[in-house]
Amino acid sequence: MHDTMVDYEKQMGLENFHPSLVKGPVGINMNSLGEADLFGSEPKIDARGVNFYYGSKKALNNINLGFLPRRVTAIIGPSGCGKSTFIRLLNRMHELVPGTRLEGEILLDGLDITGPACDAAELRKRVGMVFQKPNPFPKTIFENVAYGLEVNGVTDKELIRGKVIDSLKKAALWGEVKDRLKDSALGLSGGQQQRLCIARCLAVEPEVILFDEPCASLDPISTGKIEELILELKKEYTIIIVTHNMQQAARVSDRTAFFLMGELIEEGRTERIFKAPRDKRTEDYITGRFG
Amino acid sequence: MNTHESAIASVPPVRQPARGRKKRGLTQKIGFAALAACMAANIFFLGAIIFFIGLKGLGAINWAFLTQAPRDAMTAGGVAPAIVGTLYLTLGAIMFALPLGVASAVYLTEYSPKGWIVNLLRVSVNNLAGVPSVVFGLFGLTVFVKYMGFGVSIISGSLTLGILALPVIISASQEALVAVPQSIREASLALGATQWETIRKVVLPAALPGILTGVILSVGRVAGETAPILFTAAAFYVKGYPDSPFSEVMALPYHIYALMTEGTHPEEQTRIAYGSSLILLALVLSVSMIAIFIRQRQRKTYHA
Repeated sequence: MHDTMVDYEKQMGLENFHPSLVKGPVGINMNSLGEADLFGSEPKIDARGVNFYYGSKKALNNINLGFLPRRVTAIIGPSGCGKSTFIRLLNRMHELVPGTRLEGEILLDGLDITGPACDAAELRKRVGMVFQKPNPFPKTIFENVAYGLEVNGVTDKELIRGKVIDSLKKAALWGEVKDRLKDSALGLSGGQQQRLCIARCLAVEPEVILFDEPCASLDPISTGKIEELILELKKEYTIIIVTHNMQQAARVSDRTAFFLMGELIEEGRTERIFKAPRDKRTEDYITGRFG
Repeated sequence: MNTHESAIASVPPVRQPARGRKKRGLTQKIGFAALAACMAANIFFLGAIIFFIGLKGLGAINWAFLTQAPRDAMTAGGVAPAIVGTLYLTLGAIMFALPLGVASAVYLTEYSPKGWIVNLLRVSVNNLAGVPSVVFGLFGLTVFVKYMGFGVSIISGSLTLGILALPVIISASQEALVAVPQSIREASLALGATQWETIRKVVLPAALPGILTGVILSVGRVAGETAPILFTAAAFYVKGYPDSPFSEVMALPYHIYALMTEGTHPEEQTRIAYGSSLILLALVLSVSMIAIFIRQRQRKTYHA
């Protein structure tokens, strides 16, 4: 399969393509044109010419990056490179911080989500998020998963119950909690809590799931379970995962984007990024020379 | 990297001289002993209050004392109307102050733009807590009794006591709301909840134990206050039980005050005053117990 991709790249004459060689007009996503994905189609989410400021400090500089449906895209880079800042733009969580400013376009299925025409709450139902630290509500396990359904107006008790069970199964947590749905979610282990947060997110039936360093506070065994889960979930969802763990990026992702100091340095198939990075800075980072 | 490591390795481990260690151990022991002594003093005073009130009051208490109205110019009979009056005033005050206080706290912590106006409001609320209670009494007389025309009544007294309780409830609620981790607010918003849904369904339930602590504190204060009800609600003697929010009432704290300062049979009256004090203590404790019970149940369900 991979050979086919390499051949495809050769055919297209894209082998030596380098994003920085493209001096296209802002607004055309040169990076996602850069390397084709055989299964690829239109990007599910497409960021075009995104600049982002905290007050007067520029945190992201001209990001052009597309995310393909039913693929896992990993965003890697050293601390403070803007990777978490970037994915929080994709469901407009950045709006919780006062004094920020966003320029450029972010398209979800071709429609801009950055403007006032797009309702943030509606957007967040379609673009779910799993956070760095497990953050279950101080409620029961059942209530945690049912919460998203309730705030979205589902009142049918049977329907809610069905969806809660379904989501817990999808998040590979059902077996461990089926006898204690009425216990506090805070009694679960860290890894279980994180899978509960994933179940909670799945219950709302999002199209895209953003993972913001989901394993940063977990032990290796829990991390393994979350990674397995991500591979399972990509059959249905568009997945974007921020991680500072390069092995993790290599294990779970189809495509990888490398951020450095608020800029997108390189994006492409994960295997290619790790085996043959085109930018010196990417190579330095993945070989552990800095970061 | 290597130079750092070797630098660390070459520094000899710090060893405390034996005398220094002994001295520090002694200082620590003295410190702990001082803290324990302070605690013991606290317990002593608390115990002494309960002991003496109990000693002097228990003799006055029997079934008739709890269920009958005063007789024979306050020298016999019970204090039932005063118990009922205090219950009405306290519950009325909490019913008024709790929603208003929590709503203000939610506005201040969740919605209001951060800036000097909010800080000023916060300072004002805290200053309100320091206003002497007799001033609240005069305020109640002017506004509720006279201006609004409620007369000397349960409603005037409850509102006055409610205003007295507001700052306590507001600051306790604010603290409880601020203590709710930002991460669970984000979790709720990320699931497509609005800010209002997040506050109502996640933040307030999580803050409830802390808010109830404020309620417990203010119940104690409200039930025991005399000055605010002096001009707004209380009467030395009212025949029968109040039949509307606009009735004058008897209330335990005022009853105690009146028994000790007026009347012609000081000996009998003092006995009844101690009995009433014990009842008041028990009443405050049992109303608080209800709030504590709710708080514990909440904690058990929601916190591991």
